[in-house]
Amino acid sequence: MNAATDELDRRLIVATQAGLPLVAQPYQALAEQLGVTPDTVMARMQAMLERGKIRRIGAVPNHYAIGYTANGMSVWDVPDEQIDELGTRIGALDFVTHAYHRPRALPAWPYNLFAMVHGSSREEVLTKVDEIRALLGAACRHHDVLFSTRILKKTGLRIAG
Amino acid sequence: MRKAQDMGNTPEIDAVDRRIIDALQGDFPICDRPYAAAADRLGIGEDELLSRLQSMLERKVLTRFGPMFQIERMGGAFVLAAMAVPEADWERVNDTVNAFPEVAHNYRRESDLNTPLNMWFVLATETKDGIPATVAKIEAATGLPVYPFPKLKEYFVEMKLSVRDAA
Repeated sequence: MNAATDELDRRLIVATQAGLPLVAQPYQALAEQLGVTPDTVMARMQAMLERGKIRRIGAVPNHYAIGYTANGMSVWDVPDEQIDELGTRIGALDFVTHAYHRPRALPAWPYNLFAMVHGSSREEVLTKVDEIRALLGAACRHHDVLFSTRILKKTGLRIAG
Repeated sequence: MRKAQDMGNTPEIDAVDRRIIDALQGDFPICDRPYAAAADRLGIGEDELLSRLQSMLERKVLTRFGPMFQIERMGGAFVLAAMAVPEADWERVNDTVNAFPEVAHNYRRESDLNTPLNMWFVLATETKDGIPATVAKIEAATGLPVYPFPKLKEYFVEMKLSVRDAA
């Protein structure tokens, strides 16, 4: 971790990465644990939110438990010189939750554009993938859809305490 | 069978749980009594919100409740990586990979084209150098190659899913 994250921020991350205390005054509980004032904890959390060090504070649902039982990672081999234009269009689709340009790993892996599609069934996801396929047209040379079939681990970030 | 979660088991959630999930995926207040403030917006009591969050965490409806850190803004890195794990060796490799604290999430993935890359995980490390170091450690521990897929460009990222009506 770099100098931009000082020791107190780091201790706050370690104290909250598994979750915020489920007590009426969670920031006060953290303050007691860290030996600082509740105002300091709240100011640090606010500053980390504003600087994007905290993306958001809230509930992280298990997708499967809330009805998104099909989770398809669609992967596409498109020309590198068109990828930014195509990626931006794919990312703007309302059913795409993440879209990234990633490196190929030839020969095992020819795909350079990744778009995550969530739905209530594989059929729903595949219908959406067909829409992406149509949008890409001739730019799509190969594609595949990898469905998650098991969650093997989902703890999120864990830095050493 | 494994220390993993089956995709099919869907815990029961009622209308109040749904409202909590839909309303509290972000914007949780930073104030003295944040649960009371959030509960007020939802029209329920502070105690009820706390006990429902506790219950949803225990039932694994929620995987976490708290801040989502963007470690890349703090000098760290998140990188997607994959391995081609032979079926006969699955249990051993799964246990070995999951034992690394740098492995934040891990999913088994399969495709109709039978892609050989069937284990996909996200590495989260405090420094950028931690990624190649962890990749090398996982390769040494498993004896299998790890393919890192760092993002070269992110076109969109937003992950706020509303609760679906039961199919």
